[in-house]
Amino acid sequence: MAKRSIVPFGPQHPVLPEPIHLDLVLEDETVVGAVPSIGYVHRGLETLVKKKDFKQYVYIAERICGICSCGHGLGYCMAVENVMGIDVPERAQYLRVIWVEMSRIHSHLLWLGLLADALGFESLFMESWRVREKILDMFDETTGGRIIHSVNQVGGVQKDMDSSMLKHLLETIKDIERDIKPLVDTFLKDYTVQSRLKGTGILKKDDAILLGAVGPMLRASGVEYDVRMLGYGAYKNLSMEPVTCTDGDSYGRCVVRIKELFQSFDLIREAIGKIPEGDIHVPVKGNPSGEYFLRIEQPRGEAIYYVKGNGTKFLDRFRLRTPTTSNIPPLVETLKGCQLADVPVLILTIDPCISCTER
Amino acid sequence: MEEKNDIREINARQFFPAIVKMRTEKWRLVQICATSVEGGCEMSYSFCRGYDMRTYRFVAYGDEEVASITQIYPCAFLQENEAKELFGVNITHIKPDYKDKLYRIEEETPFKEKE
Repeated sequence: MAKRSIVPFGPQHPVLPEPIHLDLVLEDETVVGAVPSIGYVHRGLETLVKKKDFKQYVYIAERICGICSCGHGLGYCMAVENVMGIDVPERAQYLRVIWVEMSRIHSHLLWLGLLADALGFESLFMESWRVREKILDMFDETTGGRIIHSVNQVGGVQKDMDSSMLKHLLETIKDIERDIKPLVDTFLKDYTVQSRLKGTGILKKDDAILLGAVGPMLRASGVEYDVRMLGYGAYKNLSMEPVTCTDGDSYGRCVVRIKELFQSFDLIREAIGKIPEGDIHVPVKGNPSGEYFLRIEQPRGEAIYYVKGNGTKFLDRFRLRTPTTSNIPPLVETLKGCQLADVPVLILTIDPCISCTER
Repeated sequence: MEEKNDIREINARQFFPAIVKMRTEKWRLVQICATSVEGGCEMSYSFCRGYDMRTYRFVAYGDEEVASITQIYPCAFLQENEAKELFGVNITHIKPDYKDKLYRIEEETPFKEKE
């Protein structure tokens, strides 16, 4: 047996946009174990729910993370709406789906850029983020903010999109779709990319289930689980199937995210085609009393929001189980047996969001 | 609105057999949530199989020991360490146990109800 050594990885590393640390146990250049550490930027946002009115707290939920901001606002609002028995107007449900799917496009393009950067493929990185700018600009036009959108509120949404804006969004989606096709070809067919991703970081289907993987990480191991299939919001009126891949490796995770980009384009187009006229929010009376666990599909996977109200304007508890919290244990498993040089790319393939995890 | 939550109240003695049963029936552990209640902490363990979700819940009073489920569900370690560090739940035999250093914060059990 080769001599074992421990190599610290992170919390500051060129490939990590946010701090996470791993103690890598190596035998020569092969990783045989890893112990993850987080906690460098823990903010305790959950406990603020006891000090902020449950309607004000939406603004805090949105700030848990920049990439998943819209989804966090939505998840929190939907959980409170379920406790209070509020029926959100249908137009608001469609608008929420449009913005959340735009967030998914934003997130997946960001991830593709980061992956290209980790591979040392600078031009691919810059092209991915150039295309991503278009969706950020569209956020700016439709919500007034590129990163934090503040569109969700308990009882509906705060902003509407008129028909000319929806038409402009359709044109932008068409542009983005055209622009990413050559990038997709490079990600999926280029020899250099394939040599770094294929056959590395394999997560078997049974392990993915046992270790609690979620989102593209789970679906790339062949598990058909996408919370949008529950039909929350306007998803019940839209047609979609979970995108899966059976390879279970880094390449499979890349394939799933790329296919989900096109799925999001289709969902936005369908939602715009079906969006009804009407109100965008309903008045909210009283305070939440009761509890609810709610699941939504964030770009990085299933997120679970728990709220517990006591009949006052302050909630007793808000809890968010983020996708990255669930994907760290499977990451540790995928690292076993890989080469030290592959570790940065493998960490990226779970699309870690430490900001969410350190809420 | 989403489906009705399936939350099942159990006592501490029923807890471990319930978790073992979930594992043998191939349920996926999806979340562990600690909530402060009078005199203790309410622990909720949620599982998914397909699109079904089920939550088992019990209250750990005072310093009552709660056995870690990391021997059954290894992925529970982050959330168990979190419940221990933030709420002060006395969860034993977590593997790996971060000894209250998962989150690098100075205050002890910041989310625990102060008397």
